[in-house]
Amino acid sequence: MTSTFVGMPKFPVAAREALANTQLRSNLAHATATIRDKRARVVAEVDNWEELRLSGAAIKDAALASLDQHLVRLEARLTAAGAEVRWARDADEACTIVAEVAQRHGIDEVVKVKSMVTQEIGLNEALQEQGISAWETDLAELIVQLGDDLPSHILVPAIHRNRAEILEIFQRRMQGLASPEELTDDPAVLAGAAREHLRQKFLTARMAVSGANFAVAETGTLVVVESEGNGRMCLTLPEVLVSVVGIEKVVPTWEDLDVFLRLLPRSSTGERMNPYTSTWTGVTPGDGPQEVVVVLLDNGRTRALADQVGRQALRCIRCSACLNSCPVYERVGGHAYGSVYPGPIGAILNPLLKGVGVDEQVDSLPYASSLCGACFEVCPVRIDIPSVLVDLRAQVVDAHRAKRWGGVPSMQTVAMKGAAATFRSGRRLRLAERFARLGTGIAARVGARAWTGSRDLPRAPRESFRAWWRRTDGGTR
Amino acid sequence: MSARDEILDRVRAALGAVSTSSTTFGHPAGSSPDDVVALFAERVADYQATVVRCPPDELEAALRDALPAGRIVVPDALSVSVPHAVTDDRLTPFELDACAAVVTDCAVGIAETGTIVLDHGPGQGRRAITLVPDVHICIVRADQVVADVPDAMPRLAPAVRQGRPLTWISGPSATSDIELSRVEGVHGPRTLVVLLVG
Amino acid sequence: MRVALMVTCINDALFPDVGKACVTLLRRLGVEVDFPDAQTCCGQPMVNTGYLDEAIAPLRSFVKAFEGYDAIVTPSGSCAGSARHQHGMVARRSGDPELVAAVERTAPRTYELSEFLVDVLGVTDVGACFPHRVTYHPTCHSLRMLGVGDRPTTLLRAVRGLDLVELPRAEECCGFGGTFAVKNSDTSVAMVSDKARHVRETGAEVLVAGDSSCLMNIGGALSRQQAGIRVMHLAEVLAQTATGGGQS
Repeated sequence: MTSTFVGMPKFPVAAREALANTQLRSNLAHATATIRDKRARVVAEVDNWEELRLSGAAIKDAALASLDQHLVRLEARLTAAGAEVRWARDADEACTIVAEVAQRHGIDEVVKVKSMVTQEIGLNEALQEQGISAWETDLAELIVQLGDDLPSHILVPAIHRNRAEILEIFQRRMQGLASPEELTDDPAVLAGAAREHLRQKFLTARMAVSGANFAVAETGTLVVVESEGNGRMCLTLPEVLVSVVGIEKVVPTWEDLDVFLRLLPRSSTGERMNPYTSTWTGVTPGDGPQEVVVVLLDNGRTRALADQVGRQALRCIRCSACLNSCPVYERVGGHAYGSVYPGPIGAILNPLLKGVGVDEQVDSLPYASSLCGACFEVCPVRIDIPSVLVDLRAQVVDAHRAKRWGGVPSMQTVAMKGAAATFRSGRRLRLAERFARLGTGIAARVGARAWTGSRDLPRAPRESFRAWWRRTDGGTR
Repeated sequence: MSARDEILDRVRAALGAVSTSSTTFGHPAGSSPDDVVALFAERVADYQATVVRCPPDELEAALRDALPAGRIVVPDALSVSVPHAVTDDRLTPFELDACAAVVTDCAVGIAETGTIVLDHGPGQGRRAITLVPDVHICIVRADQVVADVPDAMPRLAPAVRQGRPLTWISGPSATSDIELSRVEGVHGPRTLVVLLVG
Repeated sequence: MRVALMVTCINDALFPDVGKACVTLLRRLGVEVDFPDAQTCCGQPMVNTGYLDEAIAPLRSFVKAFEGYDAIVTPSGSCAGSARHQHGMVARRSGDPELVAAVERTAPRTYELSEFLVDVLGVTDVGACFPHRVTYHPTCHSLRMLGVGDRPTTLLRAVRGLDLVELPRAEECCGFGGTFAVKNSDTSVAMVSDKARHVRETGAEVLVAGDSSCLMNIGGALSRQQAGIRVMHLAEVLAQTATGGGQS
C-alpha cells in the first residue's frame, strides 16, 4: 500500500538525491512550466485580480479571528441538517472516528475523494490496520497508490511521473481492465482505463471519505472542488459519507465563497472554473448519503493559529500555485520536503503544525528556499511565505539556542556571531578587512567548498571601498 | 475534557495570544461582458462541451437531435417532454449506469466561467442522475445566465439555505493529472450538451 | 539634499568598483554623496539565517551611520529590501524603542540605485555610453520585495550604443539566496546552472544586474563554464561615458 513519509532525511540530503534523477527533473520542468503558463493566462483575464487576492486574505483572516464562534455555528448548522459532528484533536483521533463509522456498518472497503487532510493524518494506513481498504479515486492519487509511491504535489500528487511511467504502473497493477494490452500512453486512454477500473467500485461503494475545500459556518455547507467526477461519485452514491475537515477551512458566509470560487480554479489548475464543484449541507432526504459524519480536525492548526506571523498560513486554500512557481520545487520535486505538504507552503506549514526544535527534518524546511518571493506573488490569499520562512528560521535558531545553552555551538552559529561582532562598527570592519580579507574569510567560514564546487569565487580586490575612500578622501585625491 | 471543548479552548487561547485586527473587505466586482449569453456559449464550448443555441419553439427538435440512442432518464417536472424517457424514481446506480443520457434543466448559467449550476430543484433531479449516465443534456434558458460568479451567489443562496445541494458543472468530466495536460472524460459524463434557449 | 551611499558589505569587501561607480555616477548627476564610515552591513545575512539577535549590532551601526540623511542610496535591491522591510522586525526584537524610532526614519529614506535615479532625481538618461550587447537579470528582491519594475531597463535602454537583449525566464531566481547557496548548495547550483545557460543563450557579452551577490553567483558559474561573458553591476554600466572612465 501507500508508503509514508516517516523517517525522511533533512531537506538538503533529500534534495541532492532528487537532483540526481534527470527523469524527475525533466518531468517536473515540463509539468510546472505547463501549469505556470495556464495560470498566467487565466489570471491575466481578471482585471481586479489583486483586489480579489486582498479580499480572499481578508475573509480568511476574519474567519480565523473568530474561529471559535464559526466552528460552534458550523457544528450547530450541520447537526440541524442531520449530520453527526465529531471533533478530533489529532491524527489518531480522526482516524479512529473514521474507522468506527465503517465498523458500525460492517464496512471493510471505502472509496476516497482526493484530500490533503486524510493524507496528512495517514488515514489509509490507519484504516488498513483495522482491516478496512481505502481506494483512492482521483487519477493522480490512484497512480501514487498503485505505484506504492508518495505524493509529491498538492494538486497533482503524481506530477513526478510522466505518461510512460504511468502506463507502466497501470499495466503492472491495475485490475479489472477488459483489455489491458490495448493500453497506450495517451493521457485520454489512461484516463479511460481509470474510469473502467473504478466504475464498479463507485457503483457498489457503501461508504466514502472526503475532505472539504471550504466549510460555510452560516449554512453548515461543505464544498468539494474537483475535476474528474470521482468526487461527485463518492459524495453522491454511497450510503455513508465521512468528511474530515481541518478547522481552518471555515468561511463565515455563503456569499464569502464567491471570492474563493474565483481565486481557486485559476490559481490551481489554471482554469476559469474546475469541471465540478459540489456543495452539500448535512443529509439531503432522498438524495445522496443518508448518513453524513463531519470530523473537525485540529492536528496542529491551533498551534499555527497561535503564531503571530505564521498564522497567515492557515489562509491557504491548497491551490499549489506556490509549488508551481517555486524554482526550488521545480528542481527537487515534492518528496524532498518529506511531507504531504511540499513546496513553499509545506516549508512553512509543516513547522507551524508540528513545532520547531524537535525534529531536524522539520527544522530544515524553513531553509529550503532562496527567499525569491515568487510564491508570495502568485498566492491567491497573499500568504507572505518569505516573511514566514524568515520568522520560522529565527524560531529554529532560538529553539537551538535554548537547547545548546552551555553546549557546543554549531559552525553556523560561530560564523554568525563572528560576523555580528565584525559588523558591530565601521572601525572593526575596517580592521577585519585589512587583516583578514573579509570577503574570502566569510566565504571560507560559511563553507567555501559548497560554493566552489561549481562556481568560481571572485578575486579579492587590492583594497576595500572603505580603504579607498579613506585613502583618496572620497576619490578627490 | 472532550475533544470539542479542548479544541475550542485551544482556539480561544491562540486567539488571545495574538493581536487580531478587524479587517474590512468588499467583494470585488465580477466581469460585465456586453453580451452575457454569447459569452456563456463561447466559454462553455471552450471546455469541449457542445452548445446548441435555439429559439424556444425549436427546443424539442434540438433536443431530439442531441439525444443518443438508448435509454434516456429525466427528472420529475422537466420543462420539456422527452418521448420514451424514463422518469427517475430512485433508480439504482446500476440502472442509471445502463442509461445512455440524462436531460435536465438548471438553476443558473455563469458566462465568465462557462458554468452551469444545478440546485437540484424541479426539473434537475437528485445528484446521481446527472452523474452516472455518460451524456448530460442540460437546458439553459437565456434569462438564467448571469455574468460572473458574484452574480450567481445570491440566486443560489435560497436553495443553499434550504439545505439543498448544488452541483457546479464546467464542461464534461476532465483531468489534468497526467503531465498537467487537460483531457476530457473521466468518471462524470464524458459528453455535455448545453441547449441554450432564447 | 544630503545623500549617503550605503555601499553594502559585499561591495565594500569584494566589489569596491561598484561603490566607486556609484560615486562617479551620482556626482556626474550633480549629487554630492557621502560615505558615512560607521556603516557595516544591513544585517540581512543574519536575519535571513534566523539570527535576529546577531542582527541588532549591525542595525545599530546602520542607524548611527545613516540617521540624518535625506536619502540613503544603495546599489543593491536586496540590502534596500532589508532596510525597508526587515529592520523594523530586528529593532522590535531589540526591545529598544529608540532603535525602533530610528528605523522608522531610515527605512523610508532608503533607495535602491535605480529607484533613486528615476524617482528622486527624475532621470532616465544618465548620459552613459556602453557600446555592447547586454542582457539584464532582474534580481528577486529588487523585483518582488521592492517592486523596481522597469526602472533598471529604462535606464539601460537610454545608454548610448547599448544593445539590450531579453533574458529567457529572466524573473526566475539565480539560486543565490544568501546562506541558501551553501546550506542547500546542490539546489542552488542546479538553479544557477540553468540561469547561466539562459544567459549564454542570449549571446550577450555582458550580464547586468542590480545586486553584486547575484552577480557573484551567476558570474561564478559563467566563469567556471568559461562562457566568456562578463558580469557588471548596473551602476558600473551607468557610470561609463563616451570617454570611458567608469571610475572616479
